[in-house]
Amino acid sequence: MDVGDVNMDYSEKVMDHFANPRNCRKIEDADGVGTVGNPTCGDLMTIYIKVDDDKITDISFQTFGCGAAIATSSMITEIAVGKTIDEALNITRNDVANELDGLPPIKMHCSNLAADGLRAAIEDYQNKNH
Amino acid sequence: MYLDNSATTQVSEEVLNEMKPYFRKEFGNPSTLYSIGRSSKNALDQSRQKVADAINANPDEIIFTSGGSESDNLAIKGLAFKLRKKGNHIITSNIEHPAVKNTLKFLENLDYNVSYLPVDENGIIKIEDLKNAITDDTILITIMHANNEIGTIQPIEEIGKIARENNIIFHTDAVQSFGKIDVDVEKLNVDLLSLSSHKINGPKGVGALYIKKGIRLEPLIHGGGQEKGIRSGTENVPGIVGFAKACEIVSKNLDKNYKKLSSIRDELIDKVLSTIPESYLNGDRNRRLPNVVNFRFKAIEGESLILLLDAKGYQASTGSACSSNTLEASPVLTALGLDPVDVHGSLRISLSPESEEFNIDEFVEIISDVVSRLREMSPLWNEDTDYEGIMCSQHSDGCRRC
Ligand SMILES: Cc1ncc(COP(=O)(O)O)c(C=O)c1O
Ligand code: FES
Repeated sequence: MDVGDVNMDYSEKVMDHFANPRNCRKIEDADGVGTVGNPTCGDLMTIYIKVDDDKITDISFQTFGCGAAIATSSMITEIAVGKTIDEALNITRNDVANELDGLPPIKMHCSNLAADGLRAAIEDYQNKNH
Repeated sequence: MYLDNSATTQVSEEVLNEMKPYFRKEFGNPSTLYSIGRSSKNALDQSRQKVADAINANPDEIIFTSGGSESDNLAIKGLAFKLRKKGNHIITSNIEHPAVKNTLKFLENLDYNVSYLPVDENGIIKIEDLKNAITDDTILITIMHANNEIGTIQPIEEIGKIARENNIIFHTDAVQSFGKIDVDVEKLNVDLLSLSSHKINGPKGVGALYIKKGIRLEPLIHGGGQEKGIRSGTENVPGIVGFAKACEIVSKNLDKNYKKLSSIRDELIDKVLSTIPESYLNGDRNRRLPNVVNFRFKAIEGESLILLLDAKGYQASTGSACSSNTLEASPVLTALGLDPVDVHGSLRISLSPESEEFNIDEFVEIISDVVSRLREMSPLWNEDTDYEGIMCSQHSDGCRRC
């Protein structure tokens, strides 16, 4: 490779979530915060959750990463909101990619980042509440 | 607006018109004796003269190839194979184009030894390092003229002088420098020099290797003996004609284009660095091509940047790991000593004399907006995030931050 042949093989849904990310903000009084880094390429994602009566009532993210990383962060906030903690813990990496109508193979690890980020935020919430 | 002319350029009208007759009317094989063959042969001879003139060489020192990659391969492998009995050591830099780097990797598997000279934080090798790397076994020095990612220019004249003093053959990849700054094989003290047509508004798939008179290479493509037996295969006549025309045009306009492009470049650098906080220039400020700028912006990732700029109508490129097929950060930017996280935020802008009018203020405003937007999304831009620790706990053994 020379400098960046950008992989433009993104679905319309990925491009939409990338260009118009949902819930991209910091929640100052979050009940759980999870930050994960991506060992493959050095990216970073923080997920914030508010929990009420075992349900995720608000969720947001901040991400340093590629188009796919931003889109998967945005998508996981949409999938997880309103779910119980147990339901949210069951969200898999594939769920995120599927909801986005797929990701280019080389970008599949970015959906790991989102699923791992959510799990880390939930763990943080659970640790604080035990 | 297309701002990725280091990747490739658009064929100019003039070049295209020059090529057209050689697809149908003058389609002859230059190796044949009848009139349409001779007419192709004439076109080939004239083209060789034009390319030679553009770099101050003799026509019989020019071998046409399929482009920069082939020229690099032919120069390095051709010389290494030829001089195997004399020695097996080659010196290069650690910011070479893959066409050089991977050719040398291949030779390492064949028991050649390669020394990779580091560059300083501005992307320039140190002459002392070169002198120290030379051994009795050194048969070749190959160091690029100008770098394709950051545009920095190496001290080729001086390197060439040292090579001569030590009786070592010197090759330079001038694919990016040619047509942008003066490339004169006599002044540069080079023995072998690679050129590519598609970086100077010529067609793709054509290039040349300058081989100084007296230097012998082992051919890589065997066959009917075209190009003095060094590169067999029926010549790509339309491509060569187009390439030669492109050479003629860039040589004629060299000074004019240099002035025009370097003034745009300097204004762009000044405006970006003064408008966007935590923005930096990659590579030496002065020793650089007039048409290439490489920035980095703290706390953002390049692929996202490229996608958002594209949405605004600007096409440029990045050295971010996320945008590479291997998910590795650009080796060139890493060689400058930059952290992979900072390499993420790199942006290369490369202009062409053929570029339409470029509104610098408008462009700077757009980059500035896009960078701010990505920073708002980025946890790294948030000062109270202690990401050092986070990265380490998450990273595998290969983590470069640890
Ligand atoms: C410095 C350098 N060398 C070699 C090449 C390869 O040239 P080509 O694409 O003609 O094979 C390029 C272009 O990508 C380049 O920038
Ligand atoms: S976050 Fe680096 S490739 Fe997606």
